[in-house]
Amino acid sequence: MGPEQVLAAIGATGVRARPGTGDDAVVGTVPAVVARPRDTPEVSALLGAAARHGLRVAAAGNGTKRDWGAAPTGCDLLVETGELAGIEHARGDLVVRTGAGAPMDGLRALLGRAGQRLTADPMVPGATVGGTVAAGVSGPLRMLHGPLRDLVIGMTVVRADGVAASSGGVVVKNVAGFDLGKLHTGGWGTLGVITSVTFRLHPVPAAFRLVGARFPDPVAAAGPVGAVLASQAVPAAVELDWPPGGGPVRLFVLVEGAAEGVDARAGGIAALLGARDVRDALPDGWGTLPGEPECTVLKIAAPIRGLPVALTALRAEAGTGCSFRGSAGAGVGYAALPVGTGADRVARVLARTRDALPDGSVTVLRQSPDLRGLPLDRWGEVPGAELMRAVKDRFDPAHRLAPGRFLDH
Amino acid sequence: MPDAMTGPAALAPRLRAVCGADGVVTDPARRRTYESDGITYHSAVPGIVVLPETTGQVAAVVRLCAEHGVPFVPRGSGTGLSGGALPRPDGVLVVTSRMRRVIEVDIPNERAVVQPGVFNLDVTRAAAPHGYHYAPDPSSRQVCSVGGNIAENSGGAHCLKYGFTVNHVTGLEIVTPRGDVVRLGGKAPDAPGYDLIGVFVGSEGTLGIATEITVRLTRAPQRTSTLLAAFPTMDAGGRAVSAIIAAGVLPAAVEMMDALAVEAAEAAVRCGYPEGAGAVLIVELDGAAEDVAAQFEAVTALCRAAGAFAVRAADDPAERARIWKGRRSAFAAVGRISPAYIVQDGVVPRTALGGVLARISELSARSGIRVANVFHAGDGNLHPLVLFDDAEPGAAERAAEVSGAILDLCVEHGGSITGEHGVGVDKACHMPRMFSDDDLATMDLFRRAFDPDGIANPEKVLPTPRLCGERPGVVRGEHPLVASGQAELF
Ligand SMILES: Cc1cc2nc3c(=O)[nH]c(=O)nc-3n(C[C@H](O)[C@H](O)[C@H](O)COP(=O)(O)OP(=O)(O)OC[C@H]3O[C@@H](n4cnc5c(N)ncnc54)[C@H](O)[C@@H]3O)c2cc1C
Repeated sequence: MGPEQVLAAIGATGVRARPGTGDDAVVGTVPAVVARPRDTPEVSALLGAAARHGLRVAAAGNGTKRDWGAAPTGCDLLVETGELAGIEHARGDLVVRTGAGAPMDGLRALLGRAGQRLTADPMVPGATVGGTVAAGVSGPLRMLHGPLRDLVIGMTVVRADGVAASSGGVVVKNVAGFDLGKLHTGGWGTLGVITSVTFRLHPVPAAFRLVGARFPDPVAAAGPVGAVLASQAVPAAVELDWPPGGGPVRLFVLVEGAAEGVDARAGGIAALLGARDVRDALPDGWGTLPGEPECTVLKIAAPIRGLPVALTALRAEAGTGCSFRGSAGAGVGYAALPVGTGADRVARVLARTRDALPDGSVTVLRQSPDLRGLPLDRWGEVPGAELMRAVKDRFDPAHRLAPGRFLDH
Repeated sequence: MPDAMTGPAALAPRLRAVCGADGVVTDPARRRTYESDGITYHSAVPGIVVLPETTGQVAAVVRLCAEHGVPFVPRGSGTGLSGGALPRPDGVLVVTSRMRRVIEVDIPNERAVVQPGVFNLDVTRAAAPHGYHYAPDPSSRQVCSVGGNIAENSGGAHCLKYGFTVNHVTGLEIVTPRGDVVRLGGKAPDAPGYDLIGVFVGSEGTLGIATEITVRLTRAPQRTSTLLAAFPTMDAGGRAVSAIIAAGVLPAAVEMMDALAVEAAEAAVRCGYPEGAGAVLIVELDGAAEDVAAQFEAVTALCRAAGAFAVRAADDPAERARIWKGRRSAFAAVGRISPAYIVQDGVVPRTALGGVLARISELSARSGIRVANVFHAGDGNLHPLVLFDDAEPGAAERAAEVSGAILDLCVEHGGSITGEHGVGVDKACHMPRMFSDDDLATMDLFRRAFDPDGIANPEKVLPTPRLCGERPGVVRGEHPLVASGQAELF
């Protein structure tokens, strides 16, 4: 649909809107119109109008992940959540409720001033809450505090038909009703537009230490990782960082806690690893994706002991140009394939790594722009795909929400 | 009465072909033993009971139900406290008590794979020799099933720090309400696609039956220290809790009891708590030894500053058990000082605790109904015990009113109608107090994606007109599991 028609279709909502441009493109798909609602009722009005006129809709926060995931097959209306930026911090309850458009960096700063934090690592600087939750990526701290979805305790989402619905609440302990926030965390906006999220928070620990060690490759690091996990030092993160080139893999173990305890705990871990490198600073790139901004990124999720096996297969096919950063303690991380890696090669890397990882998954998180439009088996086998399709059919029967991003074959 | 030709009884021969003669219960007296779960107020004799041993059998049973439009209700150990496993006279009760195999304990990957009927504590028992445990620890853990824990998203005293069941499940094999066997996730975290595991956990048997479960195992802490502090008033105890949290300490557990609960526990088990306490607080800290030591000092100082007149510490298991004894016995003990009581389960934001407790005592004073407070203070999960004499005319009604009003208070303060006991039939009609019609319709949308014909545990969780107006569950005397020493009501 052309911009005039779309603007006419949503005109009655009174929501601020303008024609889309190349800068608004979602994985290369330019939206006909971009709208900036100010609150949940405005998002409802927009999606209601879109439903009546059969518009295809996608949502965006600050656009930091515009190149992530599959290209929508079409987008008549892009809903930008940037104005939904309210933050209500219930300090004494260690809970924060935020609009989907609130910037993660700002949220982090605000919570930090109160001695609290959301234990979700930055991952992508400049991101909004809604985009972060919809993409569902988690960093090093997930090992101790769980992935992002474990931190979400309540959510409001506008459905494809414009109906706004909430689940969960503002208390951490709550088993009333289905926890639909889980569904939208990592749902890529294909089941609804997230308008507000409530998170549980943690106190900022008094002190931390980082122990670093080097090993020839991930397989050589597996034993030491096992030893750290079997210790009782309660690491907050156990990270592998394998930069491109033929060099060693770096292992980082983070301990956090009472100031009186961190040195002894870090010392114990250093002894286990035969390491001498103990610092009170995080290395560059900590908690962010590896690789250059435009490279292809794969997500690897494995049983703890399966991760080194998968990484060996990955390097064997992708070569030393590829890098990896992720949680050896949780079994989840991100591999970066350098810009210029062709579609055939990516396909071979996916196939070989998946073969090496029967009880895990390898998915394409982001593809480099030169791979746009080329066929990629980005999900591999998805257990439960049929049930997921049934869910999609119920929530978005006409498949108008981010069509083509997940399971619309 | 369901028709013998079309109702579940008509399925008996085919169910026997699937589960064997001894896997199908038709005898009325034996069926009656399944008529209720942990709250006996709701009861119904199931049309037929099956005891499958394998996933294949569960799937075949559910397929038969689906073909014939017969509802089914999953049941684990039947300890649920919201009538989630309440059977249907026109349906099949699928009991997992013959699926009790711990399939694998995989320490290097920190996982255990179990059948749904396995008792919660047996997972920890299997992992303990390796220095690991299964973190979710409902106080019914000796007898409740992991399948039931999945369905209820159960927590325990230690969920303040370690989270609920949902935070510890990475893989599920389920039989859908259509009878399909579907695997979701496994030993790896972050199964690709929509997080169906995350919603299945806590769905109370309405999305199908979990037939195999992969859970995370947690390394046992190096040190555990428990502290008991006595305060002159609940208010002072509450201030200590706030101060501990504000200081950035995350204890493994923070439990609180009021004077009435302490008095009852003292009479029942002589736990030897300090005399004259208006509130008793139990704080458990665990983790790396150095961390625990530092936090212990801080917590002791904060309790004293908030007005604690006695503080006791325990580092060894025997001492710890003594401190916990009073807390663990509290519910049963209250059963001894009152002919009947209602156990309520509601949540308030921690900062609202003081205000809500004051309102509860007002309610109690106004109605003449005594309320004992025993609760998970760290996460604002109240378990008020509403005491009454069921021989006194009108007392039950007044108690039910007080109990309902407490839930209203929770919702008014931004909390929840249930923190761990679930909705089931018992609170389905309270759901509209917390959620709008649109919220509930959206939950139903999800449910229908799994169960288009509505045969999986119908009339649970989401409200239906038929359900509303019934009274909440009343406990008379001691719960049989508690009486037999198999479980503690917590
Ligand atoms: C004395 C006592 C103390 C308790 N303490 C706690 C506590 O500290 N914390 C807490 O959270 N709860 C507690 N409970 C409540 C109860 O023990 C838990 O809810 C427990 O998880 C129920 O397990 P169960 O096997 O008995 O399930 P059941 O009561 O048999 O069933 C509960 C629900 O699960 C469904 N279900 C059962 N098995 C499956 C399956 N395999 N797949 C799908 N659905 C299934 C049923 O349909 C039902 O809806 C307590 C109960 C008692 C009696």
